[in-house]
Amino acid sequence: MTLDPSPDLAEVTHLLQPLSGEMEPVLASLHARLARDAQLLHTLDVAYRVVDSPVGKLLLAATDRGIVRVAFERENHTDILQILANTISPRILEAPARLEDAARQLDEYFSGTRKEFDLVLDFRLSRGFRLNVLQHLPRIAYGETESYADVARAAGSPNAVRAVGSACATNPIPVIVPCHRVVKSDGSFGGYLGGAEAKRALLTLEAA
Amino acid sequence: MQPRQLATKKPFEAVVQEQGATVLRVCRAVLGVHDADDAWSDTFLAALQSYPALPAGANVQAWLVTIAHRKCIDHLRAGNLRALPTDNPPEHPSQLGIPGEGHPELLDAVAHLPPKQRQAVAYHYIAGMPYKDIAVLLGVTPEAARRAGADGVKALRAALAASPVLAHSSTKGDSK
Repeated sequence: MTLDPSPDLAEVTHLLQPLSGEMEPVLASLHARLARDAQLLHTLDVAYRVVDSPVGKLLLAATDRGIVRVAFERENHTDILQILANTISPRILEAPARLEDAARQLDEYFSGTRKEFDLVLDFRLSRGFRLNVLQHLPRIAYGETESYADVARAAGSPNAVRAVGSACATNPIPVIVPCHRVVKSDGSFGGYLGGAEAKRALLTLEAA
Repeated sequence: MQPRQLATKKPFEAVVQEQGATVLRVCRAVLGVHDADDAWSDTFLAALQSYPALPAGANVQAWLVTIAHRKCIDHLRAGNLRALPTDNPPEHPSQLGIPGEGHPELLDAVAHLPPKQRQAVAYHYIAGMPYKDIAVLLGVTPEAARRAGADGVKALRAALAASPVLAHSSTKGDSK
């Protein structure tokens, strides 16, 4: 190849600079349009949004079947989205519309006006005994608690107390599926995915 | 890059965040400002659709530029090159102002290039695509692709040198 007379990249980049006008607002509206169109064409496998709450920013994610994941900030939302990409589908967009109901109900819950959630849930991230446990949890009433042993009995395996612990610790839909209402037999809180402080905050809210 | 990441694919949202601006610039260079929005939308919608089939570790930007190239051709074929002087008002009132405002000369100059030159300049200088890959997209030899790029830049430079506005204030008014 002979010496290349091709123009200097920096110079051309500078020449083309006017093409970069008004990028931010245009990209924001194009992104919203993409989320809308993808939803209509059923090519959006996971929609998510991030909401503020008294227990920190919560990531809400939904498939076309329902809410599939709620994640606390300390779980690292970027990591969680990557895990969802690996386990469900990489066709993931920030698309607030699908989470409208969930966001509103969480707002009401945190302001104390909602005692139970009326949302369609997608439990595809859980199976087996853990799924049994999670499906039992919504039956623990707002403001009440059960011990890990109580839940083990209710889920049909009285000896599986530790397994109840790990089912709660890996609950993909915390807050909405109230694993925070499961506490130790001695009345102490036990662990929580969102941190002990978050569990205390939720139980305090519900006790009010 | 960590080996683990080769086996996985990022959430599509990350692709939009990382590549959205480049693809928009490419579409603007090839189509003009107004149709660029539609081409961008077509591109990312098609990309989202076929994203699961993209091999992990593939060059995402080259893949997107290839899709954008086809979508832009659809618009060019439809005769929608609205960057050319037109009486039609812009279609999207949501666009805040006209991108490139204050530099109509550049947009004009780009719009007056033959399509292959516009494409070669966009893919090479905006998307950083090697001329051998551009040649495949354009269906020409690598030499022809390189010439198209060089001729395009030469024409732009000449057009802008002739423009008193840009020649004397080449850094003023550039956003970032």
